[in-house]
Amino acid sequence: MQMIAWKCLQNYGRYIRQFQLGKLCGTSLVMLLLCQDAMLRGEEVSAVPQIAFINTQVESIWADAGVEPVEQATELEWCRRVYLDLIGRIPTVDEVLRYKNDHSRDKQAVLVDRLLGDEYVREYAKHWSNVWTTVLIGRDADNRMVDRSGMRKYLQTAWESNIPYDQFVEELLTATGDNAERDEPTVFNGATNFLSGKLGDGALQATAKTAQIFLGLQVQCTQCHNHPFNSGVKQNQFWELNAFFRQTRALRRFDGGRRVAWIELVDEDFAGQGGDPNEAEIFYELRNGLVKVAYPVYVDGTEISRSGLLPDAFSDGTSYGVNRRRELASLIRSDPLFPKALVNRIWAYFLGYGFTRPIDDFGGHNPPSHPALLEGLAQRFTEYSYDLKSLMRWIVLSKSYSLSSRMAPGNEKDVPGSGEPPYFSRFYVRQIEPEQLYDSLMVATKANGVENSDRQDRWLSQFVIAFGTDEGDSSTTFNGTIPQILMLFNGDLVQSATSLGKDGFLDQVMVANRKNQDRINALYVAALSRWPSPIELRYANQLLLARQGQVKEALQDVWWALLNSNEFILNH
Amino acid sequence: MNEKKCHGLACSETSRRHFLSHLSGLAALSAPFTSFANSLVANAEDLKKRQKSAILLWMGGGPSTMDIWDLKPGQATGGPFKQISTSVDGIAISEHMPMTARQMHHLSIVRSMSTREADHQRGRYYMHTGFVPNPNVEHPSYGSVIAHELAGTIESLEIPPFVSVGGGSVSPGFLGTAWAPFVVSSQGNVKNLESPVSRERLVSRLQMLGAIENRFIGEKRGQLPKDHREIIGKSVQLMTSSQLAAFNVAEEPTTVRERYGETNFGRGCLMARRLVEVGVPFVEVNLGGWDNHNNIFSTLADQKLPDLDRAMSALIADLADRGTLDNTAVIWMGEFGRTPTINGNGGRDHWARSWSAVVGGAGFSRGTVVGETSVDGREVISEPYSSQDLMASVLKSLDISLDTTFRAKNGRPMKIANGGQIIPGLCS
Repeated sequence: MQMIAWKCLQNYGRYIRQFQLGKLCGTSLVMLLLCQDAMLRGEEVSAVPQIAFINTQVESIWADAGVEPVEQATELEWCRRVYLDLIGRIPTVDEVLRYKNDHSRDKQAVLVDRLLGDEYVREYAKHWSNVWTTVLIGRDADNRMVDRSGMRKYLQTAWESNIPYDQFVEELLTATGDNAERDEPTVFNGATNFLSGKLGDGALQATAKTAQIFLGLQVQCTQCHNHPFNSGVKQNQFWELNAFFRQTRALRRFDGGRRVAWIELVDEDFAGQGGDPNEAEIFYELRNGLVKVAYPVYVDGTEISRSGLLPDAFSDGTSYGVNRRRELASLIRSDPLFPKALVNRIWAYFLGYGFTRPIDDFGGHNPPSHPALLEGLAQRFTEYSYDLKSLMRWIVLSKSYSLSSRMAPGNEKDVPGSGEPPYFSRFYVRQIEPEQLYDSLMVATKANGVENSDRQDRWLSQFVIAFGTDEGDSSTTFNGTIPQILMLFNGDLVQSATSLGKDGFLDQVMVANRKNQDRINALYVAALSRWPSPIELRYANQLLLARQGQVKEALQDVWWALLNSNEFILNH
Repeated sequence: MNEKKCHGLACSETSRRHFLSHLSGLAALSAPFTSFANSLVANAEDLKKRQKSAILLWMGGGPSTMDIWDLKPGQATGGPFKQISTSVDGIAISEHMPMTARQMHHLSIVRSMSTREADHQRGRYYMHTGFVPNPNVEHPSYGSVIAHELAGTIESLEIPPFVSVGGGSVSPGFLGTAWAPFVVSSQGNVKNLESPVSRERLVSRLQMLGAIENRFIGEKRGQLPKDHREIIGKSVQLMTSSQLAAFNVAEEPTTVRERYGETNFGRGCLMARRLVEVGVPFVEVNLGGWDNHNNIFSTLADQKLPDLDRAMSALIADLADRGTLDNTAVIWMGEFGRTPTINGNGGRDHWARSWSAVVGGAGFSRGTVVGETSVDGREVISEPYSSQDLMASVLKSLDISLDTTFRAKNGRPMKIANGGQIIPGLCS
């Protein structure tokens, strides 16, 4: 076994054999027996001004905090990272080798541009559709007022077209039409699903979630009283914001039966709770029982027309009325918190921690850890017309994202959650999301990458735990605890990923490689984007010996172990 | 239900022990599995030492305690419910809690809880940890803290030391994922326990897995890779444990199940009793649906309180009858109370300034009331108590030292219960 390991090292860079992965990737590829992984280079991209800005900022964060950044990640670690983060799955063997064998100086930028380009546009959109489905409507699959596939369909289209973020939010906030796709899709608009399930109880959820997601304002408490710790928002402001949603109704539509078949989101004239549509007010109650009145006023004090009537014109041509949601969307688009909330969310997504925790709370009690970086990046994002792909490109090509996740001397105090803010002087290891795991297993083991989202939703629903509040918040047991481990050990998903069936992944690896060592290598690259260490090879060979004559079963055991490993489930 | 259900790999005691000894012999090759396998084999025959446990009945959404434990009849804020007397002279509680009223001599009410977090997420965090949410620290929750402090004393325990039934609790924070709640449904069916391969192959697989895990941990990538290995150990232990039967409330006689109520919360309370009896130091049982902004009184009278009353009274009575109550602290609370003012929708909104929590068992005093609110319930007029104080009292009742400090990795030391003071009169 030791000998094999030595041979592996000696053969570094030598071309061993070709193998055909057949349906797995559709191309013939060269499997190199490489045992080492090179360091990232990455000096080319630092000329991009936005990336240079991020790098300068994090360098000053390191200097101020007295921490040393760790060394760069290896190039295959980084490669796995960008695949997971940009398109939601690990790279295939083919993709790992393609990156490995690219010897150009700007190969990092080339890969990022490829993942953000046409070649991967469907997968990119599918992944971000998963991310935003969770942000916008949560993971609860049981809400009758929401159509998850309608939401996904909209998001898929929007993200495939790289919709500018401000336009995206406007579409979500102003959407009208049917929330589900039907046989006669005349007015289907999946964007309606953001609000369709949040208009009950006087649109309290619509108000709270809009402020929270798009502005980082936690206003849900201010529904009942001025919030003592959140210097930002007062009770009247909650109701004034709420007033913007009062022309909107979610109509239950039926297909003949008693079950709600779909929801149609419409804007209607709002007469106000006092009955005068020109002064369409709402009432709310103070703690002491006093009733107050509210008209649509944005959180910064900007008032709009008090009319509850939708825009129209009299016969003489003079126009009247206002669409409150449209007004709200345009006020939100010009709010300085708007780009900051998004930048904070995206930064936290790629680097593991945002500038605030929770990431959607910009209240006065929760100042951001690195305001200059947050604001500077938000400003650049705005200048770039809210182009999401540009923002992602800057972040993944910046220094912090390229660092190793290994701790090193000089770096010990950079442990977020232990009393200090994150300094981004190393890459924080984190667990991949259940959607990423699902898609990674699909791509690592199946010929066709196209998967049914409903099936994925059903699989995901086993992890959701509700908290029992009216706000419908929930958490997930896909959090590294025992139920998750048991699911990966014994559950259907991994059983099918490790199946021995004809044309299954293991079968393909068996057929494509004649030597067991090549087969083991293929499994390692497919799961972990790296080659096995000498010790790991020793264990794998023990398995082969133990299953003498049953090579496929031995490979199945190795594959099972790889898919169950910390290295597989963690983004590092 | 058949009495001897086959749980995971633990189909028979003999074959289970054979499996474990096999595993422990080979486990020398892969470190992660050595410790638990050894402890299992070595301690399987140990007598169970009677140790302390706690059961938290968590009322998600914020229950209206002034309609349950601290009524204000005749006041504008009081609502329609009447008071009834209890098994303790001078203590009256809601008419919709008649069975619990008969157990009042085992319980004590703190009527002077006064906190500041009236948002669900923040309140849930604060009441579970004793700390206000802080952007730079992740604090461990009650269950993680108590499991961490007590788990070492129970060597024969094979199931996780912190079980949360029917809800997710709050994260283990800087104590790490190894102290996270093991979340189960109140049906008690733990999923995915059956290995699809033979024990022999599972052992080989675990050895291979150990090699991969150890290599990655050796690269010093922080806590998560280590936690993962530890949780694998706990998962395998669970797959092979006969203690899994504790989750199976269906084994209980129908009469017992009916006493707790055939509800999720009833089953959860029954499961909590069974878990405590096998030595689990902390069980959280979740009952949601208290966020009653609308029509609160009919919701409480017709749904919430009957379910609560039946299950809670059965749990207390059972623990007392079986002699477990003296070693088991029971805590009843939610994230906050609800507004004394009844709103326009016949509901009550979030209110943290004056509310009640209930405790019993272990080292708590029995049949007492601590603290007092004003006639309309809007103010605490005695010494107010915080989450920290309640937590300190719970720890005291379990003989856990309040001098215990935790140190988050590389962080400053943090006092257990955030330096809270034991509530006078609450602990005996």
